Order: sequence, then structure tokens, then C-alpha cells
Amino acid sequence: MKCSQCQQSDAVVHLTQMSNDQVTQVHLCERCAAERGLETSGALGKTPLASYIAAMGQTVPDTALPGTEFDFVCHRCGATLQDFQESGRLGCPDCYRTLGEPLRGLLRRLHGATRHTGERYLASGGTSSPPPEPGHVHLREQLKRAIESEDFELAAQLRDKLKVLE
Amino acid sequence: MIDLTLLADGGLGWLDASGPMSHLVLSTRVRLARNLQSHVFGSRTAPADREVILKSVEDAGRDGGLLGHAVCYRMDSLEPIDRQLLHERHLVSKELAGLDAEARVRPAAALLIQDRLGVMLNEEDHLRLQGMRSGFALEATYGEVDRLDSELGQRLPFAFHPEFGYLTSCPTNVGTGLRASVLIHLPGLVLTKEITKVLQGLGQVGLTHRGLYGEGSEIVGTFFQLSNQTTLGKSEQDLLDHLGKIVRQVMEYEEQARQVLVRDAPAIIEDKVWRAYGLLRYGRTLSFDEMMNLLSAVRLGVGLKMITGVGFYTLNKLLVYCQPAHLAAAHGLSTDDPSLPVQRARYVRKLLEDEALRRG
Repeated sequence: MKCSQCQQSDAVVHLTQMSNDQVTQVHLCERCAAERGLETSGALGKTPLASYIAAMGQTVPDTALPGTEFDFVCHRCGATLQDFQESGRLGCPDCYRTLGEPLRGLLRRLHGATRHTGERYLASGGTSSPPPEPGHVHLREQLKRAIESEDFELAAQLRDKLKVLE
Repeated sequence: MIDLTLLADGGLGWLDASGPMSHLVLSTRVRLARNLQSHVFGSRTAPADREVILKSVEDAGRDGGLLGHAVCYRMDSLEPIDRQLLHERHLVSKELAGLDAEARVRPAAALLIQDRLGVMLNEEDHLRLQGMRSGFALEATYGEVDRLDSELGQRLPFAFHPEFGYLTSCPTNVGTGLRASVLIHLPGLVLTKEITKVLQGLGQVGLTHRGLYGEGSEIVGTFFQLSNQTTLGKSEQDLLDHLGKIVRQVMEYEEQARQVLVRDAPAIIEDKVWRAYGLLRYGRTLSFDEMMNLLSAVRLGVGLKMITGVGFYTLNKLLVYCQPAHLAAAHGLSTDDPSLPVQRARYVRKLLEDEALRRG
């Protein structure tokens, strides 16, 4: 049986998923399963960070140029990759920005997602549900923040939304 | 000695067995991890900054309504037995109480608490907002914690990123920062040996299970904490709905397992339940683990209406008050005193006897 994701390699992980009251079966090859953090059925909860973080020093998943080594030092708190590898903890809010793409790989593995879709924090007024169609001003602010945080995927979406509105 | 009388219900409102589905679910707990944008995360925060964080959250809490009259317990000014007492009441984590492997209380580690709501301060994250209720009450518990989050968020600059959401020290908590958990009693599934399948199934639907005291704790007395595993990529409501749906399924499986036991092995179950009650009622020495296993069997018997001389509230109370720090504090002993098993058996006998007399 071929992997239902890449359709190339043989499927070795057979996953039964429940979503919206539907039971679906997914058959994955080792690589696609690993991308989803599903090498074995029990691995997801039991080895959440250590092996993946350890591997971050040698290769940068998805983004590295061949042969380059990945390292980081947070400009704000001074945390290094080694600190992260040893403790599994980031040093400060800015570490998230500094780590960039490798962090997305880790989040994808841990959560199966990289983007927050829950309540959004508004400094002046607590929280709010994500506004479905914010006005121009809000969109421009969001676009500015997205560019500042180098979230270009979000920036592109926001730019398109602005175009439609304008 | 810590003064828990400052809390209206001793911080134990969650055990009164008054909530929905209390015969299966002891308590529901929701926590939100939050950090201040202005400071580096917990493990790298200097002691002086930790004091600033504690002070600013205390002030923000007192300015609002939900923590307007909160009590603040500083872990670094409490004796080990008092910290353990708070941990045994499920009010602080092992880490905050300095009872983990490092056995070190961090400077300015504190619990701010009022009624059902609290904030653990200067743990791994600057703030861990938490709420706890009796029974199966995900919506109500989250609702309160969410209000506290909004209230504090207006006064404190939380670390938030448009893509990653609320930023946390450990990437396993990023996004919503939400961990909801349900403390549930599953003896039927354990006795029918169906529990392994159920627990494996949880992993496949993005949930996880832990022991009585949460992360890293052992399973004792067939009590399990079921909670969401992931915190990013789904809204708070979706995470709660999903957990709620699965917990309802697990409760259904548990009820079915109990019916199977009563149908296929009524004499064995009845004997197991009554033997457990007999040992609790008349035993002269009880270790904590043995007591938990016996309480589990008696709880099953009460659920099946085999035993009527004791109620869930008393069983919950025994579960809390017979823990080492509670017993030791009540008798002025240390938590490793060799007489604790005798004291425990005496306390259990007394409570069960009183209740049996009351219920006639």
C-alpha cells in the first residue's frame, strides 16, 4: 500500500483518526509520518522534544541550505541553541522570532500546526475572538506586525485582503 | 504553619462532589499559560525581576474584581510540609512547590488565589491562570478563567505573537496556552482490562492522560487526568469541545464496563467492593497507595449502589485528607513519620463510622 500523502513510498504507519464524528484511516510512509510526528503510536506524547531538538543542531528541517549548520543566539536574552537543547525551554518571547523556520518545524511536529487560531490578545482590552473581516486600519496594523515578525505567509494574505477591500 | 483558613473553602471547593457527573468525574481544571512581554521567561529571570513580576501581577489582580481579595502564598517563605499541603490540594504544581527532582523553590514563586480561581506565579511561565470546579464542568471552568485572563490582560502586557499566539517558555504550551483536564475515575475499564485500548485511543485523538497529580505523576487508585495534548492550531472552544466529547465517550465506556462487570461477575464485584469497605472501616494500618486502591473499589460500590453507608463527598475528602502532608500536619508529625499509616487508618475508620451512623 502506498503512502496516502506522498503517493510514492510504501505506507508503514496506519493511523485511525476521528474528526467530526467521522473515522478515517490514513496510511503514511515513514517520512510523512515523521513529518506529522507519528513515527510510532506512542511516540507523540512520550518523546515530545528531546530527539527533535537534538537534531536541530545538525540540520535545519525544510529550510537549510545543504551543508549549513544551524545555530542561534537570541539577541535579547542570550539563549543559545544549546540552552534550548538542554532544557527544552525558550529564553524569552523574542526567541520565537529568532528561531524562525526551524521552530515552525518543531511546532508542526508537536501540535500538527504552526498558526494560532484562538483568541487574540488586545493589550488595551484583554482578548477577543479572531475578527473575521477587520477594517483597513486594523488590517494595515496586522500587516505591519506580520512583516516585522517576518511572517510573510500571513503578510501576503493580509495584503490580498487589503487589495480586495480597497 | 500555613493558614488555609484564609481561603473560604480551604481551596477545596472542587472536591465537594456537587458538580455534574460527580460519580465519575472528581474535578475539572483549566489553566492558561501567560508571560509578560517585558521580561524574559521563568528559567532566565533574575530574582529582582521575579519580585517585580509578582508585585505587578498582585497589583493587577487587586485592581480587578476576580482577584480583588486574593490571598498570596509565597512558596519561598513556606515550610516544605506547607508547600506539599498546597500541592496535595491541587492548588500548586510540584515544580512551583519545589517538590520536583530539583527540590528547589524558585525566588518569588507564589500562588495568588481567591475562591475557585488562582494564578501560579514565577513557575516555568510568569503566570499560570487556573480554575477548578467539582465534577465535569469544562465550559463553566474555562469561562471563569477566561474572564480572569481578560481582566489581567487589560492591566498587564502579555507576550503575544500574531502567528504563534500566546508565547510560553515551552513550545508545547504555545498558542492558546490552554490545558484543560478532567480527573476521572475509571475502575470499570481497568477491571475489564479495556483501559489500555482507551488510553491508546486518547493518543490518537490528540489527548493525553496523567496520574492523580498531573504531569509526571503515577496512576493510583484508577484515577486518571485526561487533557488536551496540543495547544496550537485550534481555538480554545474547539479544544474544549473536543476534550468534552471524548470525555463523554470515555464515561459511556466506563458505564458500559460497569454493566458488564455486574452482569458477568456480580458476586466477584460485590465481594471486592465489600472487602475494600471492610478493610477501610476496620483496618489498623493503611499506606497511601493501599488506601487509594481500597477507596477506588468502594467508590465503584457506591456508584453501583451496592454500598449506601457512604457518599462521594466523604470518599473525596478521604482522598485529600489522608495524603502524607495533610495527615502529618494534622498530627504535628513529619511526612515520613512511621506512624502515619496508623494515623491514616484511624482517620478513615472515624470518618466512615460517623458517616455510616449519620446515614443509618
